[in-house]
Amino acid sequence: MNNKNKSKGFRIHVVKRPPLPAKKVTLFYILAIVAALAVGGVFILCLGVNPFAFFAKVFTGSLQSKMARIALMRIILPLFITSIGVSVAFKMRFWNVGAEGQFIMGAVFACWAAFTFDSLPRPVLLVLMAVAAIIGGGLFGMVCAYFKCRYNTNETLLTLMLNYIALYIVQLLRDGVWRDPAAGGFPKIAQLPENGWVYQLFSVDITWIIAIVLFVVAHIYFTKTKQGYEISVVGDSQNTARYAGMDVNKIITRTMFISSAICALAGMLQVAGDGTSHTLTTGIASGIGFTAIIVAWLGKLNPTGILSVSILFGILEKGCGVAKSTFMLSPAVADILQGIILFVILGFDFVITYKIVIDKNNKTDKKGAADEHNS
Amino acid sequence: MNTIVNFLFAAIKAGTPLLFGTTGEILTQKSGNMNLGVEGLMYMGAFGGFLIAYKTDNLLLSLLAAALFGALGSLIYSFLVVTLKANQNVTGLSLTIFGTGFATFFGEMLIEGGSPKLSANMTTILSEKPLPVLGNIPFFGKVLFSHNIIVYLALVIAVIVWAYMRFTRPGMKLKAVGENPAAADAMGINVDLTKYVHTLIGGAICGVGGAYISLINGNGIWNNGCINGQGWISVALVIFASWSSAKAILGSLIFGAFTVFQVRANDFASEFAFLSFLSKIPNAIYVMLPFVITALVLIISSMKEGRSEQPASCGTNYYREER
Repeated sequence: MNNKNKSKGFRIHVVKRPPLPAKKVTLFYILAIVAALAVGGVFILCLGVNPFAFFAKVFTGSLQSKMARIALMRIILPLFITSIGVSVAFKMRFWNVGAEGQFIMGAVFACWAAFTFDSLPRPVLLVLMAVAAIIGGGLFGMVCAYFKCRYNTNETLLTLMLNYIALYIVQLLRDGVWRDPAAGGFPKIAQLPENGWVYQLFSVDITWIIAIVLFVVAHIYFTKTKQGYEISVVGDSQNTARYAGMDVNKIITRTMFISSAICALAGMLQVAGDGTSHTLTTGIASGIGFTAIIVAWLGKLNPTGILSVSILFGILEKGCGVAKSTFMLSPAVADILQGIILFVILGFDFVITYKIVIDKNNKTDKKGAADEHNS
Repeated sequence: MNTIVNFLFAAIKAGTPLLFGTTGEILTQKSGNMNLGVEGLMYMGAFGGFLIAYKTDNLLLSLLAAALFGALGSLIYSFLVVTLKANQNVTGLSLTIFGTGFATFFGEMLIEGGSPKLSANMTTILSEKPLPVLGNIPFFGKVLFSHNIIVYLALVIAVIVWAYMRFTRPGMKLKAVGENPAAADAMGINVDLTKYVHTLIGGAICGVGGAYISLINGNGIWNNGCINGQGWISVALVIFASWSSAKAILGSLIFGAFTVFQVRANDFASEFAFLSFLSKIPNAIYVMLPFVITALVLIISSMKEGRSEQPASCGTNYYREER
């Protein structure tokens, strides 16, 4: 598209624009979400449903009752925590798409701790489960960083493979050593012992308190600490980091450990939480790790943005489930809308980062000459 | 003997959708686009192919529709990634979520309108029958030449793509774009167009793979979760086959063998005494193995000195004015 209309004496090209002020960017993204919902609305309209009524129902439906609100929290919280985990690695431009697997392994290690030390008092056991998840899940992700630093192994593909290895480890445990003999031949893992259940406050798992703490800590870590600064330097340019005397490999390995440890903690909270009936199944993550990558990216890798997008996605997912009975639309419409929102916002990203310039009378630049030479 | 014949036959049958997905993804990645949306593309193709087969009773139209749906999915991807320079990982993953939602959503509408089942005519067209003459060869006749016709299509496409990249000029240009888009640009190759064309064709091939799953594996009935991770296995197979669609033919046979082995392990164990340990290996190991092997291949190939077959620019976008 860069050299269209060459013959008419002008050409269009794309240049990077200087960064816009933060306020303008925020305004832009609010506009982008409105635009995305509008595109989604057209899709809803094509299905013969009034989009305004639909979105109103999605919004009110996801908040209508105490039960709905609890269910909404159950969607938002693990998504938010996992997205924060993903954002730590993504800030360093380390493409950790293995959040799903790290989440699962966090749950597995937490279960191991709970089954092994089931006689410990509840607070001690819960801390132990969290530590097991953080160390086990963190190392599970850190392996990829090790190979990346040592042999430049592609981290996207390696973390991707580990997702499925983690998933089948759960199946292996379910059919083998952790098979519940009380289930009457049905392959399932036993419920966690009761002192391994997450505490509740206001009838919601205290996961929400951990999420708030994580929100604050992540904000401080990214903006105020030396490690947070190192992450952004390595993300911008590894060479710059090296010239500045930073130990790049150490930073990458450490950051990846933190990233996957947070995802693993989310998995521990999920398996010990109310939403899964405190039971480990192969569906424990069911795509949270993948959605988290999208949430982290849409939230611009900053905690406030990530929280906003988690809430938006949570409302969409819960609300579309509620709206099913009113409009006879499958809840899968939430996935379609999420996809549309992402596509539209990625489009808006382009407008924020680049602008299109039309050069008049610019025939003899390098590219034009190369093209003419080629033809 | 029968056990081995049945096993190999089933392995080829199970490997075919993977071969489609892998061939499509190889074309895509060779143009520098790491499209993680294969799962979504296969879902879209699965739905499109099934819908048209169900409505028109015409296999050719059905496969064309599947290809079209796959191409449409990768058109979204290409527009965002090539033209708007969006992050490849994120775009690919959202394509997976979008495509899965798309097939589930419209699939459910299809189910609500009465359970969708392919006609008897269609099932006959898609049935497994021995090819004339070749089908009568002992052993190989059953293993290689008694499949449904889409299996042969997968093989033909894989060979064409291999030959295209190996022997033709546009194929060489494609590899140049994937390796070093700036150099290709300086040579006068239209980088954006090359990326668009190959990502779209790749997506179309993935879409046909999806249709294979919905038409053949579903026994003629639409099933919402039909792809069930086979798109991701295809991405793994790209690495296993080191970005060559010829090697992918063998690779898809091996990966297909793993998927059917969990069902067949007992047959082997009862027929050959020395293989009796096979029935004691849990199913999860068999399904996990493709991913474990792929991870090992990935690590070992990166340890080796010299060039990897992975296109160097794969995963990053090309922006001409950024040098």
